[in-house]
Amino acid sequence: MAGSKEIRTKIKSVENTRKITKAMEMVAASKMRKAQERMRQARPYAEKIRNVAAHLSYAKSEYKHPFLVKKDQVKNIGLIVVTSDKGLCGGLNTNVLRMSVNQMKQWESQGKKIQVSALGNKGFGFMTRINANVKSHITGLGDTPHVEKLIGAIKVMLDAYINHEIDQLFICYTKFINTMKQEPVVDQLLPLAGEKIGSPEGPWDYIYEPDAQMVIDQLLTRYIESLIYHGVTENMASEQSARMVAMKSASDNAKNVIDELKLIYNKARQAAITKEISEIVGGAAAVA
Amino acid sequence: MVATVHIDVVSAEESIFSGEAEFVVAPAQMGEVGIYPRHAPMITSIKPGALRIKLADKNEEQLIYISGGILEVQPGIITVLADTAIRGHDLDEAQANAAKKAAEEAMKNRASDVDYAKAQAEFVEAIAQIQAIEKLRKKH
Repeated sequence: MAGSKEIRTKIKSVENTRKITKAMEMVAASKMRKAQERMRQARPYAEKIRNVAAHLSYAKSEYKHPFLVKKDQVKNIGLIVVTSDKGLCGGLNTNVLRMSVNQMKQWESQGKKIQVSALGNKGFGFMTRINANVKSHITGLGDTPHVEKLIGAIKVMLDAYINHEIDQLFICYTKFINTMKQEPVVDQLLPLAGEKIGSPEGPWDYIYEPDAQMVIDQLLTRYIESLIYHGVTENMASEQSARMVAMKSASDNAKNVIDELKLIYNKARQAAITKEISEIVGGAAAVA
Repeated sequence: MVATVHIDVVSAEESIFSGEAEFVVAPAQMGEVGIYPRHAPMITSIKPGALRIKLADKNEEQLIYISGGILEVQPGIITVLADTAIRGHDLDEAQANAAKKAAEEAMKNRASDVDYAKAQAEFVEAIAQIQAIEKLRKKH
């Protein structure tokens, strides 16, 4: 019975691998549900703040915030790259990083300089490897992202924008479309324009307390933060569903391998039995 | 039938409260403000403290503790955009510095002034919490 023991060991090891991938699949599925829930919960705040921002930009306020002013010449660009902290989630991070690298190449060919802020371990590692100008990074966001954790890295970019170190700010993350489909996207954050501002229901001005400038500053910073937080939650939901799909295909694959190995093992076993029987029969014939 | 105003309290991470109110008191930057239905449009930043909401058709007040944020008032709707954490210029700055430092992997120790700002913010929050509790006690 040559090799039957080796085959048995192999089957055992593949079975163990399958147990792990199966468990990871189930963990990812439950985390994905939670991440989707968080995405949903963050929506009212983003909508409300968007409404207020719309009012502010259209209200006949004499103060124009730098976030709302379009710059004539764009020389420096800030890019926030959102990735996951952990691997084993299919092509998720690869797709995001490929997209951001393509975008960066394009900007560089136009003679623009790029500053990067990396949210997530994978993106940070990659950006340092390709020698990008990483201004700030945050890793270890965990399963529940908190706005507090993001503030620091975001403020570095917002300060750079206010101090004219960057003229535009973009975010690159994976958009969650559904469980099976996630897409990397590059979105412009600053200056705030287009649909991100929307239009108010009616033209009126507010009573500002203590004064318009302070309130608008505070509000717009919150708005950008909520947009980035939204990107991070979408990315997290995408990560979990990508991991779930990847682990599901790994489990399926392991099952196929086990089936094949079992077939080989049984064939080897049968061959050994047949051989033994023919030997016994042959031996008996010789004696008789 | 008393006039009511719709109030939404939301934070970036979740929706905290939504309902009809007769009267709302919020800890605004310039002092507490009381808002009745059909108030003039107003935007103000709010300090850490308790938000008191007199619910419609109920003889009780809802107390919500918030750690600052922005209050937007329209004649028929009040929106409180609550912060999830204590915010302050010094603190934000400290976090930005921390993120920057981590990126540069600089090992300078500047913990002392950061801690001071944090302690101050925590102190303010603690006082606000105590005040909220006192208000609650008075009711019962």
